Amino acid sequence: MNVRYLPYLLILPVTLFLCLFFIYPFVLVSQQAFSGPEGPTLEHFREVVSYWKFPISLQNTLLLAAVVVPIQLALSLLMATMVSRMGKGRDLVLYVWTIPLGISDLAAGIIWLAIFEQSGFLNSMLYGIGAVSEPVNFLSYQNPAIVFLAIVLAEVWRATAIMLVILVAGIGLIPKEYYEAAEVFGASPWKRFVKITLPLLRPSLQTALVLRVILAFEVFAVVAALGGTLFPVLMSETYAYQFDLLNSNAAAAMALIILGISIVSTIVILRALRVPKGARV
Amino acid sequence: MTAVDVAAPAQASTVKTGRFVYIASVFLLCAWVLVPLYFLLINTLSSPEAVTSFPKSFVPEFNLGSLEFFWNFSGILNAIKNSVIVAVLTMIISIAVGAPAGYALSRFDFRGRELFRLLILLTRAFPLPLLALPRAVMFIRSGLDDTVFGLALVHATLAIPFAVLITFSLFSGIPLELEEAAWTLGCDRLTAFRKVVLPLILPGITASAIFAFVISWNEVFAAAVLTIENRTLTAFLLASLAESPLYLKFAGGFILVVPALIFIFAVRKYLFAMWGIANR
Repeated sequence: MNVRYLPYLLILPVTLFLCLFFIYPFVLVSQQAFSGPEGPTLEHFREVVSYWKFPISLQNTLLLAAVVVPIQLALSLLMATMVSRMGKGRDLVLYVWTIPLGISDLAAGIIWLAIFEQSGFLNSMLYGIGAVSEPVNFLSYQNPAIVFLAIVLAEVWRATAIMLVILVAGIGLIPKEYYEAAEVFGASPWKRFVKITLPLLRPSLQTALVLRVILAFEVFAVVAALGGTLFPVLMSETYAYQFDLLNSNAAAAMALIILGISIVSTIVILRALRVPKGARV
Repeated sequence: MTAVDVAAPAQASTVKTGRFVYIASVFLLCAWVLVPLYFLLINTLSSPEAVTSFPKSFVPEFNLGSLEFFWNFSGILNAIKNSVIVAVLTMIISIAVGAPAGYALSRFDFRGRELFRLLILLTRAFPLPLLALPRAVMFIRSGLDDTVFGLALVHATLAIPFAVLITFSLFSGIPLELEEAAWTLGCDRLTAFRKVVLPLILPGITASAIFAFVISWNEVFAAAVLTIENRTLTAFLLASLAESPLYLKFAGGFILVVPALIFIFAVRKYLFAMWGIANR
């Protein structure tokens, strides 16, 4: 067989698969979102946006992302720099730190439920040191701030690892000579971090942030496990439209809204952290 | 002279404190990951009464009551079975479909290569679970609704971009010269691939297959949208969140976590190689 056609033959399965199960569904979901009894309509968008829960769930989703992602960024940068100068025990520490990578968001929600529920470990601890005389129901509508805190903690706990892995791999690509040179000129560790690590890590930071922000907009199971209906987010509303209200047109409209937000934020991140050509490691 | 004498011990002590802070933070961050898992373990290995009692003990009582209850809860075994089948199917589909493309990307400089790579990267910038919604319609039309195979196709869409990029980086790590040597010794492309490349790449392929397994095993939204009778474990747990007793949730969470722990341990060597290049 002609070698020229071989690569095309090899990528054919993926292309077909993605057309059938990625592009075609997108066409379908857009059709669903815009289709009305009399031709194309924006009725479904109007319906979901004007629903009283929409502003709250949008606000919750954005607020959660705005709080969680910076914490994760700082934490994963800290962990990645710590690991990069580690000698003995590096593998073990990295294994422990990347464990949450394999844990589903639902399991993470359940794990933090064990801590925050009424007979849970936080209450037991507080009771043990005498801070409370009886267990407090943290995850109730009376404590919206604690519900939010629990969700933030669970998200930070679960999804920092994915950024850590990308950043550790990225730091590994930075030539050691730069650090040695900086050290010769007497640059402090902080200076080295700011002047070498951060700028050269930009491509990795880009991917890590894009991936993480998109996942943050998809937050669903953690919230379902910890907040139930107390903390509506876009994804849980989409789920409710599909399942409880059996309105798949509205669910499709919600899906497109989430998609729109994801695309906008991806573009913003890519722009903000743009790597000039020729400056790549 | 004296200034130096004073400065040296002071510097030594800052270095020492710095070292201490560093080690302490490493341990603290390890604890941050492990302690919540330990709490889940305590709850799983306690009797249902202990799980709902207060205050809680901070050591497990090694009672299998919760797990037994979980095991005998109607529908659980079936859900676990479904989860495993979907994950294995996802693994097979994503490697079978993705690995050839990874090979093509690493070995050939063909027209449209960059476009293809872009398409693959692009899929990652989309909230993929949302695709479960239109696919519910697609599957009802084609009779795939509420089947494990239908769900596996959705999960494979999640896993395939990873499979392509990971195998791309793995194949790139094997010098083309090895293959060329085999060709000059009279092997055709296929034999050279089978005898030279495959044995070298197999561990890496296994790692990315395991990764696909974990992606599917953990996925909640699509599973919950697409299965009703044939629920997977995540969909089952999600549906029963509101009414099921605490000890059922905890035991379920534990069963969800265990394979993940083993898998991350199994692929730990490849984790960074996979992610580092795959994410460029």
